[in-house]
Amino acid sequence: MRIENHPILKFEEKDKISFTYNGKTFHGYESDTIASALHASGIKKLSESIHMKRPRGFYCAIGNCASCKMLVDGEPNVRTCITPLKAGMVVESQIGKGVPHEK
Amino acid sequence: MRSKDAVVIGAGPAGLRAAKSLLEAGASVCLIDRNRKLGGQLIKQTHMFFGSEKQYASKRGIDILEILVDELRPFGDRLEVLNETSVVGLYRDKVLACVRHDRYFKIKARTIIVATGASEKSLPFENNDLPGVYAAGAVQTLMNEYGVKPGDRVLMVGSGNIGLIVSYQLLQAGVKVVALVEAAREISGYLVHASKIKRLGIDIMTQTSIKKAIGKEAVESVEIWSLNDLWEGVPGTEKTLAVDTVCISVGLAPLTELLMQIGADVKYVRELGGNVPVIDYRYQTSVPGLYACGDVCGIEEASSAMVEGSITGINAAIDMGYTFPDSRRKIKDLRDELKFLRSGPHAGKIRTGYAKLGVLS
Repeated sequence: MRIENHPILKFEEKDKISFTYNGKTFHGYESDTIASALHASGIKKLSESIHMKRPRGFYCAIGNCASCKMLVDGEPNVRTCITPLKAGMVVESQIGKGVPHEK
Repeated sequence: MRSKDAVVIGAGPAGLRAAKSLLEAGASVCLIDRNRKLGGQLIKQTHMFFGSEKQYASKRGIDILEILVDELRPFGDRLEVLNETSVVGLYRDKVLACVRHDRYFKIKARTIIVATGASEKSLPFENNDLPGVYAAGAVQTLMNEYGVKPGDRVLMVGSGNIGLIVSYQLLQAGVKVVALVEAAREISGYLVHASKIKRLGIDIMTQTSIKKAIGKEAVESVEIWSLNDLWEGVPGTEKTLAVDTVCISVGLAPLTELLMQIGADVKYVRELGGNVPVIDYRYQTSVPGLYACGDVCGIEEASSAMVEGSITGINAAIDMGYTFPDSRRKIKDLRDELKFLRSGPHAGKIRTGYAKLGVLS
């Protein structure tokens, strides 16, 4: 779901990096956020709501609304829409309010 | 604790220009933004601006961003830029609590300028929380900043300028806009934008809204329906559209949380988008030494945010005892500029809003 041709913008070829989402390997670019890389790979559901367990995706994409929170490298409540993607990141759907992994 | 003359929160058009005025007057400035790149929402604005020649009309937002950031380069060490930094606390003694890359620290300022901008509103309808229901600006970010399509088929909700412009930008990215629905009787954005997307085949349906989104883990289709003169949905008029994305473009609300936290007076002014700080004509809030400018004072657009930022920066510098060359004439020119930007028929809300607040034009 990447834009290939655009009349105004140029999206240059960048270095591909890999990360895992719920245990599976995915690819994105260094210019991505976690959420944009997942979305480009067809993943829209990022987590579930705390009580009703309804699917959650991002909403504002600029770090305001908290709808995109996920567990990243063991840290809960990471705003994935503004967090730059890094090689080797371990990204997981967050269950409930999020408990930090033991470090 | 590091100490600065001025801390500017938010590096969008208002914050960048406020920082420039302060630096020109000789102040030391810390410019804070939570994003990696400076420029606020200009970063995704690939369209050409209207407004005035002086505020770069007919230039694209993404190019204006470069100009505003470049303007700050000559000031060297007097400017400290903290990107990827969130201000989490604002205190009466002008201490800011910040978090950057998991590190918590504090900054002491003589003057604080809040230029935090605004956030997009949501809309109540069944399943409005399904993934695939996105703010229109979010889709603009996804496409224009990261080069990712939101989906293949989109329903746009709202015909303000953001709805119209993002519809066009979806087409530019190769995404189909199935329809644009508007609850009011009239298209609310500029007719020139509306005509452009109509010519390209997008169906604009007024007095129509979304009834519900349908899907298991993400949007698979939507139901839209007609509204009567009381803005109520009319049973029997439902239509199902196969879309995988719903863009919500129903306005923005100022991000006043920090201003409320420090105890600055805020007032609900519908025309300005919600709760806004009570400012005087010099953009000072009820807390001495605390200023606010740009969309956090009322939803407008980037051109006027730039002008407000310049005015606020000059005033804040003068209040700290700095001199700004030819400041009276400069401020008068800037005020005239604002008046011009707010003179059109589409600026009626802004004029009413500021009148209710008892300030400015």
